[in-house]
Amino acid sequence: MSNHEIAKSPDPKIRYHPAVPVSAANSQIVFDALKTNGVRMMSALPETWLVHLIRLADDDPDVTLVRLAKEEEGVGISMGAHFAGVKSAMLMQNHGFLAAINGIVSGAQLYRIPLLMLISDRGTFGERDPWQTEGGAVTESVLSALRIPIMRLDDPARVAHRIKQALTLAYSSNKPVAVLLTRDLMWEDA
Amino acid sequence: MPPMKRLDALRAVYDRLGDSAVVTIMGAVAAELQSIGHRPNFFYLQHAMGLASSVGLGIALSKPAVPVVVFDGDGSLLMNLGGLSTLARYKPANLIHVVFDNESLLSVGGFPTATGTCTRLAEVAAASGVPRTACATTIDEFVTEFTAAQSAGELTTLVAKVDAVGPAAFVTDLGLLENRFQFQRYLQAR
Ligand SMILES: Cc1ncc(C[n+]2csc(CCOP(=O)(O)OP(=O)(O)O)c2C)c(N)n1
Repeated sequence: MSNHEIAKSPDPKIRYHPAVPVSAANSQIVFDALKTNGVRMMSALPETWLVHLIRLADDDPDVTLVRLAKEEEGVGISMGAHFAGVKSAMLMQNHGFLAAINGIVSGAQLYRIPLLMLISDRGTFGERDPWQTEGGAVTESVLSALRIPIMRLDDPARVAHRIKQALTLAYSSNKPVAVLLTRDLMWEDA
Repeated sequence: MPPMKRLDALRAVYDRLGDSAVVTIMGAVAAELQSIGHRPNFFYLQHAMGLASSVGLGIALSKPAVPVVVFDGDGSLLMNLGGLSTLARYKPANLIHVVFDNESLLSVGGFPTATGTCTRLAEVAAASGVPRTACATTIDEFVTEFTAAQSAGELTTLVAKVDAVGPAAFVTDLGLLENRFQFQRYLQAR
């Protein structure tokens, strides 16, 4: 069995979230940019904005999707993939980033790993879910405190270019970089 | 039955590690393996507690033809029990997950863990879905089970009950980054 077959969800029905206005078109643009730039492994823990991205990764035979129990595992998995010469990305929401911090600091930063983190930036202007708002308020300052460079994706036309730039910096610096998936990009009823 | 020292267990399988990518946890295990003799195929994950098994998973999925051995600890595994379910989900056939269970957070002074009183890690692994699990309480059992795991071609978690003793010091003259880049070069050549 290939990694792809192992990773595939046993029941396709459970892969689709109830209808939410997450942009399938822009998720596809993000996914295509990751693939074009050589990303072959994606670790993920879902949240609403990521449903299409995770489905695309699950459906693509060239991409190994690793479904996590907690986001911090993804840092270790990306470290191992990097040592083995495979480009990877982590897909998570900002609370997933908050849950992964020790791994980021004592794994990816201590060991100089080019870690591409795609973080859906919930809880900022326009957020309706009250529970997202604290995480949204601290994400950028925590990233800055960790000295992790931040790139925001808001304009679909510039997604491919920016993901390429983010990966370039991650690899030249051997350090984590954060790409924030914003509401303007991911949510159609913004 | 004579109780088992982890250093003796490592010595007993050392010659069987030549072909494997080996990932250890921090502190005592890392220092003990280095005291037997460092090799370019050994990576010591200092400090990122819990993530050794995740690093092993990332390598195993990225390089399915390379055997991977993880030397984990009870405290470290308890910090990433979710990672055990992720390992079980992808079941990399090339991964052997050894847990040295000394019922203690030995590297920070010997704080007892729950494996001394109630938690049985091999059963946790089995219930998480790891297809092969084994226990060892003596060197002979450990060598037998480790050898069997190497020829099984199936993800195995091997829990070895060991004495809570270790080296006097954990810092060695092998730099963290030196180890990391050497290991990456080794893996990329395989
Ligand atoms: C998140 C985090 N908390 C605490 C520590 C301090 N620490 C370093 S080693 C260790 C114990 C590890 O225990 P175990 O995995 O059982 O291995 P042992 O030291 O017993 O060989 C702890 C708590 C740490 N490195 N990271």
